[in-house]
Amino acid sequence: MAKITFDGIEIEVPDGTTILNAARKIGGDIVPPAMCYYTPLKGTGGKCRACLVKVSAGSAKDPRPMPKLVPSCITTVQDGMVVENTTNQQVLDVRKGIVEMLLINHPLDCPVCDQAGECDLQNFAFEHGMATTRYEEERRTFEKIDIGPYIQLHMTRCILCYRCVYTADQLTEQRVHGVLGRGDAAEIGTYIDNIIDQDFSGNVIDVCPVGALTDKTFRFKQRVWFTKPVNAHRNCENPKCSGNVVLWYKGKDVLRVTARKDEYGEVKEWICNTCRFEKKETSDWTIEGPTHIERSSVISANHYELPVVNPQVIADMPESTIRDLEQNPPLKLGR
Amino acid sequence: MGRKLLTEHINVPGIDTFEVYRQHGGYRSVEKALKTMTPDEVVEEVKKSGLRGRGGAGFPTGMKWSFLAKPEGVPRHLVCNADESEPGTFKDRHLMSRLPHLLIEGMITSSYALGANTSYIYIRGELLYVLRILEKAIAEAYANGFLGKNILGSGYDLDLHVHPGGGAYICGEETALLESLEGKRGNPRNKPPFPAVQGLYARPTVVNNVESIAAVVPIINEGGDEYAKLGVGKSTGTKLISACGHLNKPGIYEIELGVPVEEFIYSDEYCGGIWKGRDLKAVVAGGSSVPILPKELILKTAAGESRLMTYESLSDGGFVTGTMLGSGGFIAMDETTCIVRNTWNFSRFYHHESCGQCSPCREGTGWLEKVLHRLEHGHGNMHDIDLIVSVAKQIEGNTICPLGEAAAWPVAAAVRHFRHEFEWHVTHREEAARPGAVYPGKAVLV
Repeated sequence: MAKITFDGIEIEVPDGTTILNAARKIGGDIVPPAMCYYTPLKGTGGKCRACLVKVSAGSAKDPRPMPKLVPSCITTVQDGMVVENTTNQQVLDVRKGIVEMLLINHPLDCPVCDQAGECDLQNFAFEHGMATTRYEEERRTFEKIDIGPYIQLHMTRCILCYRCVYTADQLTEQRVHGVLGRGDAAEIGTYIDNIIDQDFSGNVIDVCPVGALTDKTFRFKQRVWFTKPVNAHRNCENPKCSGNVVLWYKGKDVLRVTARKDEYGEVKEWICNTCRFEKKETSDWTIEGPTHIERSSVISANHYELPVVNPQVIADMPESTIRDLEQNPPLKLGR
Repeated sequence: MGRKLLTEHINVPGIDTFEVYRQHGGYRSVEKALKTMTPDEVVEEVKKSGLRGRGGAGFPTGMKWSFLAKPEGVPRHLVCNADESEPGTFKDRHLMSRLPHLLIEGMITSSYALGANTSYIYIRGELLYVLRILEKAIAEAYANGFLGKNILGSGYDLDLHVHPGGGAYICGEETALLESLEGKRGNPRNKPPFPAVQGLYARPTVVNNVESIAAVVPIINEGGDEYAKLGVGKSTGTKLISACGHLNKPGIYEIELGVPVEEFIYSDEYCGGIWKGRDLKAVVAGGSSVPILPKELILKTAAGESRLMTYESLSDGGFVTGTMLGSGGFIAMDETTCIVRNTWNFSRFYHHESCGQCSPCREGTGWLEKVLHRLEHGHGNMHDIDLIVSVAKQIEGNTICPLGEAAAWPVAAAVRHFRHEFEWHVTHREEAARPGAVYPGKAVLV
């Protein structure tokens, strides 16, 4: 076990834990953002530099600070390590710079992007970015590439996190796409026209932090915050598929099916393409109940989880509901 | 003229063949090391010599070797970094094409010291003709029993392979080189783990520059202490400097470290002064990625001392008034050089060569190039000058590998020392956009 101090909070974690995962154990606002790191995928991390933190004491044995900021997602903890994240101005400045770098060639087409509302880059930019841009040059664009009936690749939005490459490597039988080219001309592609269509290839949509890989069966159907996420499961014939999904409803229609994500947007149980793309009837599924959505997320804007009530006018409201409402007041829209 | 340890016989006809090289004392270090020394003694000799890595960073080679992890039963590797692609640096190419056996001799001795039984020379893809020369020389070494099984009856085996890269600058970064050698995309790895622990094929690996490995030969032949007598302070031995730019005699010079910069530029023994009788304006002393210095600061340090060609003297004053010896790519620019155009050209190179793995470098190098292009072509604004400094600062230190820094330093240094030229490009847009236009005034020393 190693004891570290993260932003002044002490926590004990097993040896070999990364700084980021130690911070996630603490939770809350101090957790560094991660755009490329994805816990279930081996080898990810270290690329986007969003999670850089200052290590002001390397370990109890060697308390010298590390000279450069380190990527918290791949740096493992040492006993006695002191890490500064939100308490260090340099870290915050650098993070602001990283947002700027990620956004200069991003099309900022959130109003027409299907990822908007559940986009890591959007959240990251909202929290750490600036409202204006210093970039006056032409933005980099790519042609859309057709990679099959289910997945749309829109390279212009990509931030080259490599997650989809690792997903294809580790989940599917054969990876047919990868990173081509280098520098800011690097792109995700199949090189020779190819279709990404293997049992688990749909998971690249879930891991994509931006709207570069989107679900063709859902594209332009609905803004995500107008849909209602519901947990459901089915006994999938595919032994590797968990069958545990989230159904996104609009009225009575299942508009899309995704895997379940934790609070950091990570999928723990992968689902197969049959579940994702072909089972879009309520009768295919056993419904478990509404998915818990973070109150800060725009997806919860329709606050379907709680009864939409005006508590003052209801007499004899049950104790539990009053407690619930106190803890999770419905969002006041139009503030 | 100082002593020449590496290039003493470089002009002997036929020195690239085994026989002639052997007649001129070649492969003595292999005989000495394998027959009379233990591997640890070889490492000790290199440590004593004070040899510092010749690829650019100047890390002591002996210390690097002693960091190599030596777990039982795991093979170790020595990889020679011959992916020389820094603009302004062309020493390794020359050394390999003219003295291929010197590198092979160094590889054998160094591999023996490290206990590596399979070693690689990773050579830049564009140097295909050098690859042929090396392959021929390696075949000769095999034929004469200096490579293969049981070298010189010592019981030590070594296989040496030459592997060409695909022509990417980034593959000169040691971990990207290892990825490329493994057959993957040449993306630098995150460190730790360092190559000395987990390098090629996840085995302990040492990556050394061509010149560092070649320098092991004279160190073993003459002894580390003898080698350390050359040079000044912690900069020992000789160094190949590839001088280019507006010089009367550009070329590759083997200098004893400690030659004054002024002597190196102006004496007839070396570069012979600035061409066409012009005045020197600026110097990039160690390959394109080190900070550029104006004439006043390259000849004398900020404290007024004469600057020497050593690791310490060139970096005197940090990055405010100093630079680095780097890889020895010495670029001299006369008074007709436009610093903005030169900076743009360097930026263009780094933009083209960024691997695109981590975001500050992927996006930042392109941004720098585009803004510098605008400034140079008469479309710049005053705030662009501060912008490029700020972008360079955002890249520096936040990337996986040093390419980000290499892209940021020249820009930051050019604005630091030649801000007036950037400003002139904004105030005299039409004039500045004309081909060949150069800031007409004298330098304003900040």
